[in-house]
Amino acid sequence: MARKRTTHIALAGFGVLLLVAPLVVRQPYYQSIMVVIGINALAVAGLNLLMGYAGQVSLGHAAFLGIGGYASAILTVNHGINPWLAILAGVAVTCVVAWIIGVPTLRLHGHYLAIATLGFGIIVNIVFVEWRGLTGGQSGIAGLPELRLAGIALDSHLRLYLLVWGCVYLATIATANIQHSRAGRALRAISSSEIAAQTAGINTGRYKVQVFVLSAALAAVAGSMRVHYMSFANPEPFGFAYSIELVVMAVLGGSGNVWGPVVGAGAITLLTEVLQPLGKMVRPSGAELHVPAFGLILVLMLIFLPRGVTTSLALLTQRLRGARRAG
Amino acid sequence: MAAAANGEAILETVGLTKRFGGLVAVDTVDLAVWPNRITAIIGPNGAGKTTIFNMLSGVLRPTGGTIRFGKRRIDGAPAYVIARLGIARTFQNVQLFEGMSVLENVMIGRHTRTRAGMMAAALGLPGVAREDRTARGACMEALAFVGLAERANDDAVSLPFGQQRLAEVARALVAEPRLVLLDEPAAGLNTHERTGLAAMVSALPERGITPLLVDHDMDLVMDISHDVAVLNHGRKIAEGPPRQVQSDPRVIEAYLGEEVATC
Repeated sequence: MARKRTTHIALAGFGVLLLVAPLVVRQPYYQSIMVVIGINALAVAGLNLLMGYAGQVSLGHAAFLGIGGYASAILTVNHGINPWLAILAGVAVTCVVAWIIGVPTLRLHGHYLAIATLGFGIIVNIVFVEWRGLTGGQSGIAGLPELRLAGIALDSHLRLYLLVWGCVYLATIATANIQHSRAGRALRAISSSEIAAQTAGINTGRYKVQVFVLSAALAAVAGSMRVHYMSFANPEPFGFAYSIELVVMAVLGGSGNVWGPVVGAGAITLLTEVLQPLGKMVRPSGAELHVPAFGLILVLMLIFLPRGVTTSLALLTQRLRGARRAG
Repeated sequence: MAAAANGEAILETVGLTKRFGGLVAVDTVDLAVWPNRITAIIGPNGAGKTTIFNMLSGVLRPTGGTIRFGKRRIDGAPAYVIARLGIARTFQNVQLFEGMSVLENVMIGRHTRTRAGMMAAALGLPGVAREDRTARGACMEALAFVGLAERANDDAVSLPFGQQRLAEVARALVAEPRLVLLDEPAAGLNTHERTGLAAMVSALPERGITPLLVDHDMDLVMDISHDVAVLNHGRKIAEGPPRQVQSDPRVIEAYLGEEVATC
């Protein structure tokens, strides 16, 4: 199928781009931005499956990054466990939590579902802050060991970049695989008409929970990467603000498109970097200029480009191709 | 219902009732559908026909009574379980999936005949693609049966309404159900399309699929049905072969009554 070949070529191109980028971009500051974009893209990849394909919503996704991140921090720093095992444990715990929350919550729809996920995110963040014995409270946990792969410490921006983007690459392939499969069709059907999906024999409840858990697992990995990158885990980055940022990235990037997460994460992360010095100019104590900017972006996207950048581009090229054939 | 020499009913309801608060939409309706015969439920608007379909397909829970599919009770069962047992349906207002092609819509109809799960798909396991290829073959056949093969890759909701209906029929048929519920299949079709639909539905019994139609319009029903049940205000008021039902005074009154009311 022509569509499949295009995807394969695009994926190959993407792979090449990922390998070449750090050779072109040498300054550590910019390399660190690329790492952060990668971490965000990984988290948004999961959110994309949940929101973009299955049509659900999660306004508390930072919680899953936090659970994965804190699991890594607690197990490696306080118990000396191998960091890779800690990451796996973090994913496992996150999946269990996501399953427990998902089963009752995903029976809700629309605003109710949004509020429920919002509440969940806030509760988890409060746990991070208040359960000082476990998480170190606001001070967090410091001194995470480096990840080591085959004896090599992943302690430079470049090495972490490769790890993180390697994960993003795998997540992108997985999304491309799911997209046109029986499961992918089931998710898209659920998004369009849950009743018709059910009468076609799709156990919509189970599918929704499954994709929710998968999206949480990807978030957990991203969270672990983040705490190892910072050598530090604290509650602040795993709060409501970050949950909203992730949603903005997902919406901007494009719903139901494998490239949405990368585009959305890239755009918003870069925008944040640009706006921060501008914010300091407005008010030196640190006006959070990016927050109202995100709000504005979200509103404008939903009005003018509700399907996001990549999906709208894809539709446009489809239409142009159709017009050329007809004309 | 005509207790034809077909043995057991494929579908049977006893005392089927649905109440919405104080409103009784369906009032102790007894129905029997016989295998490989075409059964129709007719009645004026608001008679409760679609509500019955919604209960049969598991979209609504009955307030009272029982539904049996073969030997198995299905009242209150979740819709996806009922679909897996072999009942497929179309919708009065056509519920094709947006953002998907005609073929993809029909592929979803094939869901109960395929197995690959999300993780298998994510990992790109070889069996997944193979299963999809086989499914695609069956789906193209179903599309050919309803005459939509050339439209397979078109966006489903871009089709003219009559063809959307046919696409929905293909989606229902590709599940290889034993019973297919067709909710107002002829509504919005022109004469030519109606004739095509009539021929299609008539061909189903010899393929082992029993159609149960709901229609508001007498003509299609008279042409192709073997057994007819008439509903009015949620109650069954008559049943039997089409000719008999058509000349039943209670039936005439029910329809005439409606015509007078709408003057």
